[in-house]
Amino acid sequence: MELAMSMVVPGLMLSVSLWGLARGVDLWGALTAGAQEGLQVCLRIAPALVCLLTAVYMLRASGALELLGNLLEPVLTAVGIPPETIGLLLVRPVSGSAALGVGAELMQAYGPDSLVGRTAAVMLGSTETTFYTVAVYFSAAGITRTRYAIPAALCGDLVGFLAASWTVRLLMGG
Amino acid sequence: MAMAWIWTVMVGGAILCGLATGRGEAVSAAALEGAGAGIELCLAMAGTLCLWMGIMEVMRRSGLAGGLSRLLRPVLGRLYPDFAGERGVMDAVSANVSANLLGLGNAATPLGLEAARRMAERSPGEASDSLCMLVVCNTASIQLIPATVAGLRAAAGCQTPFDILPAVWLTSALSVTAGVLAARLFSRLWR
Repeated sequence: MELAMSMVVPGLMLSVSLWGLARGVDLWGALTAGAQEGLQVCLRIAPALVCLLTAVYMLRASGALELLGNLLEPVLTAVGIPPETIGLLLVRPVSGSAALGVGAELMQAYGPDSLVGRTAAVMLGSTETTFYTVAVYFSAAGITRTRYAIPAALCGDLVGFLAASWTVRLLMGG
Repeated sequence: MAMAWIWTVMVGGAILCGLATGRGEAVSAAALEGAGAGIELCLAMAGTLCLWMGIMEVMRRSGLAGGLSRLLRPVLGRLYPDFAGERGVMDAVSANVSANLLGLGNAATPLGLEAARRMAERSPGEASDSLCMLVVCNTASIQLIPATVAGLRAAAGCQTPFDILPAVWLTSALSVTAGVLAARLFSRLWR
């Protein structure tokens, strides 16, 4: 099982490459073009990450995040969410780069394979920057009356946060 | 504008709280440490991110996205009954979903916006049920390989950054389902 899981990534790399070759894709060109785009993504998010990690580190050092976590601990623990992730829950729907910063800090502080680190990763991987997306879509479509779109999207986020905490415990044993 | 407020509240909160708990010096040291950590993080995650963006580009060029979107069309017709018969809209919607699944955010957004514009033509200014559903589906992340998060985990020293995949898939499925159900429920209640 361990071996099978660890072969998923290399297996996917090989099968995608073979499939691309079979379809006559310029494989090397596509790989490097994608990697180039990856570099551009890093460059594009770097300025925001620098500013936001500064703020996140300050918040962490000041004890404000612990305070907030302690305050909400009864509620969060009752539903199964690790209280340390409170900062992530707050910024996730509002700012993608802030969420990346908070998540990275959690993974570094608690370890990427800890319960908190894994939960933060799954939360990041399975939710979106809801308010940003809503704003982009509705302004592109010229919509002013958004009706129930925001509450329904937030329901999805809430379930995502809860489910992230549960699935990590269930599938990864904490 | 929102970011300006988030930034100011975070920094202001840290300073107030740091002074109140007597950790003012730690806060000031953390500011410099955090700025350096931002750049370190970008460098550390760049490798994983580049590799996966490369693999995804191969997926896109080999027509995987197109095939996926043909597979998805019948399912999506049920989510957007008002537009199931309109080819242009359903083409854009299914291409949007398959680009999202493959993690091609840059490709997914223009396709989704195209679908949103066409949907809005029927009810200018007000979000129809289908348009709300489209927005809800796009606010729920459904990507199969979350490359950025895997890059973050690798940057933090994780040996197996992709072992979260089953948990991510299950969580995404649950949160999309919750969003869709909420949209359906609210569409009956909201008049």
